[in-house]
Amino acid sequence: MKGPEHGECGGGSEDMQWCFSQVKGAIDDDVAEADIISTVEFNHSGELLATGDRGGRVVIFQQEVENKSVPEYRSEYNVYSTFQSHEPEFDYLKSLEIEEKINKIRWLPQKNASQFLLSTNDKTIKLWKISERDKRPEGYNLKEEDGRYINPGNVTSLRVPVFRPMDLMVEASPRRVFSNAHTYHINSISVNSDHETYLSADDLRVNLWNLEINDRSFNIVDIKPANMEDLTEIITAAEFHPHHCHTLVYSSSKGSIRLCDMRASALCDQHTKLFEEPEDPSNRSFFSEIISSISDVKFSHSGRYLMTRDYLTVKIWDLNMETRPIETYQVHEYLRNKMCSLYENDCLFDKFECCWNGNDSVVMTGSYNNFFRMFDRAQRRDATLEASREHNLPLQLLKPRRVCTGGGGGGGCSKRKKDEISVDSLDFNKKILHTAWHPNDNIIAVATINNLYIFQDKVSDPDSADDLSASDMMCTI
Amino acid sequence: MNASAMDVNTEAKRILAVSISKLYASRSQRGGLRLHRSLLLSLVMRSARDIYHSAYAQAAAEEAAAAMDADKELEKVSEPLVKSPEPEKVELECREREEDKEVEEEEDMEDVFESETDSEDKENMNPSRHSRKRRGNTSAAPDFLPSKRARLEPGEERHAVLLGAVVPLGAMGLGSCRVGESLNAFSINRVAMPAC
Repeated sequence: MKGPEHGECGGGSEDMQWCFSQVKGAIDDDVAEADIISTVEFNHSGELLATGDRGGRVVIFQQEVENKSVPEYRSEYNVYSTFQSHEPEFDYLKSLEIEEKINKIRWLPQKNASQFLLSTNDKTIKLWKISERDKRPEGYNLKEEDGRYINPGNVTSLRVPVFRPMDLMVEASPRRVFSNAHTYHINSISVNSDHETYLSADDLRVNLWNLEINDRSFNIVDIKPANMEDLTEIITAAEFHPHHCHTLVYSSSKGSIRLCDMRASALCDQHTKLFEEPEDPSNRSFFSEIISSISDVKFSHSGRYLMTRDYLTVKIWDLNMETRPIETYQVHEYLRNKMCSLYENDCLFDKFECCWNGNDSVVMTGSYNNFFRMFDRAQRRDATLEASREHNLPLQLLKPRRVCTGGGGGGGCSKRKKDEISVDSLDFNKKILHTAWHPNDNIIAVATINNLYIFQDKVSDPDSADDLSASDMMCTI
Repeated sequence: MNASAMDVNTEAKRILAVSISKLYASRSQRGGLRLHRSLLLSLVMRSARDIYHSAYAQAAAEEAAAAMDADKELEKVSEPLVKSPEPEKVELECREREEDKEVEEEEDMEDVFESETDSEDKENMNPSRHSRKRRGNTSAAPDFLPSKRARLEPGEERHAVLLGAVVPLGAMGLGSCRVGESLNAFSINRVAMPAC
């Protein structure tokens, strides 16, 4: 999405231009398995940004207060808290190791000074409380400042301990552990709009929990067939409606989405709505089932739309229309002819996530070669951007990238254009599976394999804005 | 047209082989068998198998039709045939040439299916090891699917599968169905997580 230069007239539409803000994580190419980022999530205000990794750790970044003297530099995220959320476990009954990888993090809406988040691995969900401590009591009568006990016989006078400021300490403590409710691997958690319950979904079941009660959960969806040989589809993602506490959706490996209303019955095996698009027979291949499997489902903030991600596309559905999506965006259609090799190198099984921006006008998802894609729904424009260490100058503008598929030498790419790359040159080891968009601002967090990139949109200078308006006026005369 | 059918066949076989090796690799994966992945693998294998067998069935049907037409030619039936005789003859010749390859292919398919029944990765196996040996305590992931044992013993499985592989030329649709059932039962059974 190349925007007009400042001062150019006729550029009435606001083109978003993204620039680099920060990158977190190790620089070296030798990536430790434990450092691979497995989930990224902003909290409801956008002030906190949490990441989970394969090593079971959660790292929370906090946005610094806006730096008013430098208007462009409005957001900087620094490490706020790091803790080990899950450890590897062993299921002795089944002789299976349970990975500590954090599959999902979901923030609870803030109710008091502390922050709460849910983090889950394949089998266990944990509720973490993150609290700040910036004062500590001093002046105990029987204890020295370093903790040693004072002989009561040496105490000559009494004093009242007082709170004195100390260096900020952020503590994370597990408040609840929700375990033993899932036979299969948990793929989603979603906090309900009632702020009291949440759901957890595995391959075949969706369970409903109360945040306060960890020894009981209700099973609300169960698609396990009586005979496992008849298994044809599984649950791939589930989410609660942002406003209606009785409505949830779950996506399947067959490419369909089911909307359930918990008021209808206790067990929501019968869906209220089924969103499904008939398959295009001309696209049928060995791998049709794999690429039609939905890897992520997200309600829009308005609650009116649903977004789904399958291997090649992003689809927007209107909740009022079940027959087909209202919008379909091609993420990397050039990969359709490469599916055999993508199958062999396992890339065809990659599960990409997707996200909405704050006002539901733009959606974003990741791709390969550390590319990520943005689709502006209102303006019907899309952009391909890259998260790369090569463009790390502060506030450096990201240039749109292009993947060319033409035949001939060099993949048909024009050698002069540095921003073009041929399909065969794409690095399939560099994939962006997890992205997040600040709920209220144009700040995005993009996770490559082991790095977290933060980009923000370019803030116009006050001066150039004046130029733009002046030239606009001139054009209209 | 036949050449592309052969391409599809080769492709199907290759995908089948790749899928089986993936299935094996997933057994030793950390975190245990992933139901989603296993399901997708089995769906791909089923597609590949269906295409492979339908190509065989089609070829067999063509062969039978060609034989019929050749007979009619000899009897000099006056009625005009729906299909012109020449392409049929050409196809018949092609089939004869390929019959030698078929035996090879069958053996390949048998190997592919045989490795499916074997617990260890055949490629990495010591050549002196017997393929019919039961897994017992040697595998890293102990057998946690008791229902699998109850269904088919390893020897029976292989027998059923081989039957399926050899049968298609003769029994066409029926044979394929049987293969389908045994393979289907086999693969889904193998990949299914234990019921709880």
